[in-house]
Amino acid sequence: MARMTYLEAIRTAMLEEMERDEDVFVLGEDVGVKGGVFGATRGFYERFGEWRSLDTPLAESAIAGVAIGAAMYGMRPIAEMQYADFMLPATNQIINEAAKIRYRSNNDWSCPVVIRAPYGGGVFGGLYHSQCPESVFFGTPGLKIVAPSTPADAKGLLISAIRDPDPVIYFEHKKCYKLIEGEVPEGEYTVPIGKADVKRDGVDITVITYGLPVHFALQAAEQLYEEEQIDALVLDLRTLQPLDTEAVLEAAAKTGKVLIVHEDNKTGGVGAEVAALIAEHLLYDLDAPIRRLCGYDVPAIPISPPLERFYMLNTDKVKQAMRELALY
Amino acid sequence: MTGKTITEYEITHRELGLSDEQAVDMYRYMLMARKYDERGLLLQRAGKVNFHISGIGQEAAQVGAAFALEKGKDYFLPYYRDYAFVLAVGMTLKELMLSLFAKADDPASGGRQMPGHFGYKKLNIVTGSSPVTTQVPHAVGIALAAKMKKKDFVTFVTFGEGSSNQGDFHEGLNFAGVHKLPVIFMCENNQYAISVPYHKQVACESIADRAQGYGFPGVRVDGNNPLAVYKVVKEARERALRGEGPTLIDAVMYRLSPHSTSDDDLAYRTKEEVEEHRKRDGLIQYRQYLFDCGLLDEEKDREMTEQIMEQVKDATRFAEQAPYPEPEDALRHVYAE
Ligand SMILES: Cc1ncc(C[n+]2csc(CCOP(=O)(O)OP(=O)(O)O)c2C)c(N)n1
Ligand SMILES: [Mg+2]
Repeated sequence: MARMTYLEAIRTAMLEEMERDEDVFVLGEDVGVKGGVFGATRGFYERFGEWRSLDTPLAESAIAGVAIGAAMYGMRPIAEMQYADFMLPATNQIINEAAKIRYRSNNDWSCPVVIRAPYGGGVFGGLYHSQCPESVFFGTPGLKIVAPSTPADAKGLLISAIRDPDPVIYFEHKKCYKLIEGEVPEGEYTVPIGKADVKRDGVDITVITYGLPVHFALQAAEQLYEEEQIDALVLDLRTLQPLDTEAVLEAAAKTGKVLIVHEDNKTGGVGAEVAALIAEHLLYDLDAPIRRLCGYDVPAIPISPPLERFYMLNTDKVKQAMRELALY
Repeated sequence: MTGKTITEYEITHRELGLSDEQAVDMYRYMLMARKYDERGLLLQRAGKVNFHISGIGQEAAQVGAAFALEKGKDYFLPYYRDYAFVLAVGMTLKELMLSLFAKADDPASGGRQMPGHFGYKKLNIVTGSSPVTTQVPHAVGIALAAKMKKKDFVTFVTFGEGSSNQGDFHEGLNFAGVHKLPVIFMCENNQYAISVPYHKQVACESIADRAQGYGFPGVRVDGNNPLAVYKVVKEARERALRGEGPTLIDAVMYRLSPHSTSDDDLAYRTKEEVEEHRKRDGLIQYRQYLFDCGLLDEEKDREMTEQIMEQVKDATRFAEQAPYPEPEDALRHVYAE
């Protein structure tokens, strides 16, 4: 075990995979000489050379499309989108191409590409450096989507994503980069794609979440337990697609009270699908209506501090929603 | 491309039809933008604002272009470094500061957008976003409307050289070329896209070369010389109004500041390189030009600088004390109310 930040865990996963397999390479804007705008590829240029830490022209559709081409040949590209907000020019390549290559070729071709995308708010990034675009890609069969919350999961899921035979979108919450530290297993450590994780066990209510709000839920759960003996189960989805249906249903059934939390706006978000799954399978086992605490349905997060604070979730907001559900 | 000294200025402001007063005003706007920009950097460093993005080194081209366009008539789609441009077409220092401090009265976005994301309907400044180059097709669309409605205005849009690799750039230029639309595309070619140098962005010698593929002229110009830029933008505007279609301008310059306050530029370029380019700073060169023309001297320059510094200070104080938006304002204007 080594203690490191979420960002360092991401860097370590790429580094170890690049040492293991020379077909693994990173391409994106400023990932070479500068080592990435957040430092995720710091030192790669020196260590692996220009080709494997490739500064691309400023064109996301080409970054994704070129990565897809290389992957179809047999390379293992990791395409970095500088901010998730800027991956939208690449949606045609991701949704029409990457997601459909295996299916349309009747399993003749495949596309093992990883698309890393720093997402999320709380960093005074304003409308276009804060978005959570997971729901744009969620519901597109052919894509896998992961969104780790801890350094260990960040490393384990990234290694799994790189080795996966299909396209994986890897959403990394940029507020977690330096804020979240934790123990990370050394060496080849993988976390299976498609497996959620009970981050805290409990019997009174179930919180289902992913990304940054996992930490809000865990903090809130500790406080609620100490102050009011409310014992919450916190399920971290980790993989958004395919959803770990079994884990979701098990966690929901255990307490009969479910709160779904995500930063992405509510309508059409991942939470809607989670709620539908629970309703489909467990409606009569529930002791309370399913609740959702999500971002407001506004186009994006404004930069002005009071506006950003208003939009963003935090421990208090999550705690309040958890308490209300427990008291239902 | 190196900058020019007075003796090398191919053309004087008088030859271009600019009055002495206008020539001095051009300098005033360049200086105003520079002082605003320097204050923005300081305010960010002091923790008073979260973010600043600088246009230092790009003022000459911006002001040259602004003076060649018609305020109140033409449509403008500036990008995030265009402080000198927006000042020259009518924005005030107070308005820029309101945006920097993300206050409720920020005319661009009510404190929603990052600073440098301009927009002001009153001044025909079209609202813009962060994903680069999305404004290029918009400029073409406004030019299309001008042609459809038989109006005699042009649209003027700027972007960086790295941004000229986006599909939106190529799709927009092609559309404008096919329909001979009255639009001027000006690339502020400052040699870097964050850390990535020009030669890793494009393989052609000049961004202007790209116009050829779309069937209209591309012009390369010294972006450190406001008069040279004035001249080419003026000609492009006349071409557009004659119905001859778009022009692509490659204004060659250098980004003297780091990409933004989040960037450490010495990770990818040397101090010496920056210092070398600082000598060709368009502001310094143009100041010398005005000295040589007898339109400016040390005392007048000092007076003007002091006056501008006073305005910057005032604007800072004003914006710092201005109210933030109400938290619930975050929910407004998703749709028409
Ligand atoms: C579509 C998109 N991708 C990435 C970014 C992040 N980004 C902001 S500015 C920039 C570099 C722009 O370089 P250039 O076009 O040369 O303009 P400059 O900043 O040098 O003026 C990048 C990559 C963005 N804003 N939009
Ligand atoms: Mg540039």
